[in-house]
Amino acid sequence: MEKRLLLGDEAIALGALHAGLSGVYAYPGTPSTEITEFIQNSPLAKERGIRSRWCTNEKTAMEAALGMSYAGKRALVCMKHVGMNVCADAFVNSAVTGVNGGLIVLAADDPSMHSSQNEQDSRFYGKFAMIPIFEPSNQQEAYDMVADAFQLSESLKLPVLLRVVTRLAHSRAAVKVGEPSSQNAFNPDEGKHWVLLPAIARRQYASLISKQPDLLQAAESSKYMRKNISRNRLGVIACGIGYNYVMEAGMKDISVLKVSQYPLPVDAVKQLASESDEILVVEDGQPFVEEQVKGILSADYPVSGRLTGRLPRTGELNPDNVAAGLCGKPDGAEEELANSPINVVGRPPALCQGCGHRDVYAALKQVVGEYEGARVFGDIGCYTLGALPPFQAINSCVDMGASITMAKGAADAGVFPAIAVIGDSTFTHSGMTGLLDAVNDNANITIIISDNLTTAMTGGQDSAGTNKFEQICLGLGVDPEHVKVVVPLPKNMEEITQTLRDEINYKGVSVIIPRRECIQTHARKLRQQKKEAQK
Amino acid sequence: MKKDIILAGVGGQGILSIATIIGEAATKADIQLKQAEVHGMSQRGGDVQSNLRLSTEEIYSDLIPKGKADLIIAMEPMEALRYVPYLAPNGVIVTSSHPFVNIPNYPDEQKLMDELDGMKNVVRLDIETIAKEEKMPKGANVILLGMAASYIEILSADELREAVKRVFASKGEAVVESNLKAFDLGLANK
Repeated sequence: MEKRLLLGDEAIALGALHAGLSGVYAYPGTPSTEITEFIQNSPLAKERGIRSRWCTNEKTAMEAALGMSYAGKRALVCMKHVGMNVCADAFVNSAVTGVNGGLIVLAADDPSMHSSQNEQDSRFYGKFAMIPIFEPSNQQEAYDMVADAFQLSESLKLPVLLRVVTRLAHSRAAVKVGEPSSQNAFNPDEGKHWVLLPAIARRQYASLISKQPDLLQAAESSKYMRKNISRNRLGVIACGIGYNYVMEAGMKDISVLKVSQYPLPVDAVKQLASESDEILVVEDGQPFVEEQVKGILSADYPVSGRLTGRLPRTGELNPDNVAAGLCGKPDGAEEELANSPINVVGRPPALCQGCGHRDVYAALKQVVGEYEGARVFGDIGCYTLGALPPFQAINSCVDMGASITMAKGAADAGVFPAIAVIGDSTFTHSGMTGLLDAVNDNANITIIISDNLTTAMTGGQDSAGTNKFEQICLGLGVDPEHVKVVVPLPKNMEEITQTLRDEINYKGVSVIIPRRECIQTHARKLRQQKKEAQK
Repeated sequence: MKKDIILAGVGGQGILSIATIIGEAATKADIQLKQAEVHGMSQRGGDVQSNLRLSTEEIYSDLIPKGKADLIIAMEPMEALRYVPYLAPNGVIVTSSHPFVNIPNYPDEQKLMDELDGMKNVVRLDIETIAKEEKMPKGANVILLGMAASYIEILSADELREAVKRVFASKGEAVVESNLKAFDLGLANK
């Protein structure tokens, strides 16, 4: 068996390819991006013609993957945790229609919010949709589980959620890999159960409920579950990578139940409880299992974890806070303070020198200063860094696309000038519908689509709307007189600031598109060209 | 035997390339490895670190516990200091002494160096200047790896040197030669 050094993300990608994947559908999002990139660059995927282009957003990705499953093929959808919110409608209902070809939904959660705006735990979505959830604890399991998840998906006729966290997605280890198996045959489903009219949906929902004992049975007999249970005071339920931290602590005289598949294996939990005096739940993310365990055991059975404060309520787990939790001690925060180096300050990320967003913010800062009451609604991307010094130029950043709609709502309430700043990829992801609302209401807002021709924050992936922005805005009904394109360079500062003033003063929807390629992708292209020329 | 290493620097300084070379050597030597990286927002001129764990036994955690790192390899002196709480009592710091100042509140450089020199086992060298003098501006990270090579122990300097060849092989002979030179320069300056 061949051994390869792979990131958790790459192990999932290769596992999917080897399990006979026919298509991956995704929108870039840290820490999930490398899965799709691996497939895009894979010679095997090229040879097999695996579908892998970036999608416009997570909802279009989820729906297209469901369509591929409908046709009998195995499909994978990848996203960061907040992407689950975007595709939730399609996701939850895909459990009601059921699937034909195996369908895996990969959610990469980001506890500690390394590159995110919240730390929601995707396992809740899996439970909400009532589908099986797999949670690998290492890179090998990540690779192996994909094939098992596809198989379970096809045997239960349900999508399967595969949940990872940043520390697995972005950590490398050697993985034993097998041989690629063939893809499913083309086999479109004939059933009526895909038509979720109320009469059919009721039947399908009842069918989903009736499958639940099978889901539970699959989790109770999961080959990834490990029971090291004997008569001990402390019983630990260790989920996903939480298991690694428990094992790292190397404590003797504890029982450990490793949980890697859900619904929560109730019998295994009861067995652990009967052999222990108390249970500690070690899970990265939110107290998903801890809450359920409290419901399974009698009310006076001592259960602790993130809810009780034995482990921190927020942030990711690590070997230190888990070791402290196992011993029931505080995590040594005071001691740490004493040992901390003195001459160290934070080094926050910043917009690159020479980045076009910098020129946009320089102009914006100047013009906004001229209007008392001005508010700038930001969005998700590199340009969110405009919130930090030296610019401190945005007043909000909530979710993909919210800049335009929040600016509109604020303008409805009387804010003037209400300015939205959104990137090109975010605009096509979730900004277009908001722009249509604004046009239909003739909202008095100024929208800046800062177009750097790429999805820069996640490393420069193709952006769905490149070369189409003027047509999109005109098509949605923005007055052609008020769709302006500028080139964000210091030498154009006067033109940019004047355009901003003119469009702020126009009573209605205006769109300004500062357009200049991301300096990172530009430099990468130049390097490639140089390399080609040398050949 | 195990070796827990923290690689530290500023986004773009090439610490992930160092990790790649050590990883390549470890894989070849059949040593177990886990390497946690930082991707995404944290890369844009911010501090970047990678936890690299090498062992002859099974490795569980992707992250190194506090006080357990055997070695800090840093491309920047303040970034070296940042991870001191993770360093084992007899751990070693191998760092560039060349500050990378991209923030307005960078600490007083003398105080920073004094604090660094007050640590138990510190090897520091102005690798940026050496890289410039030797006309290998992109080789600073490999010079640093050469400096650190004899402290990695679980892998020999020869094994690392061979890994440098394999990692850069696809980029042509000139790139391999230049990186070997950088590695040897570091090794000589340990």
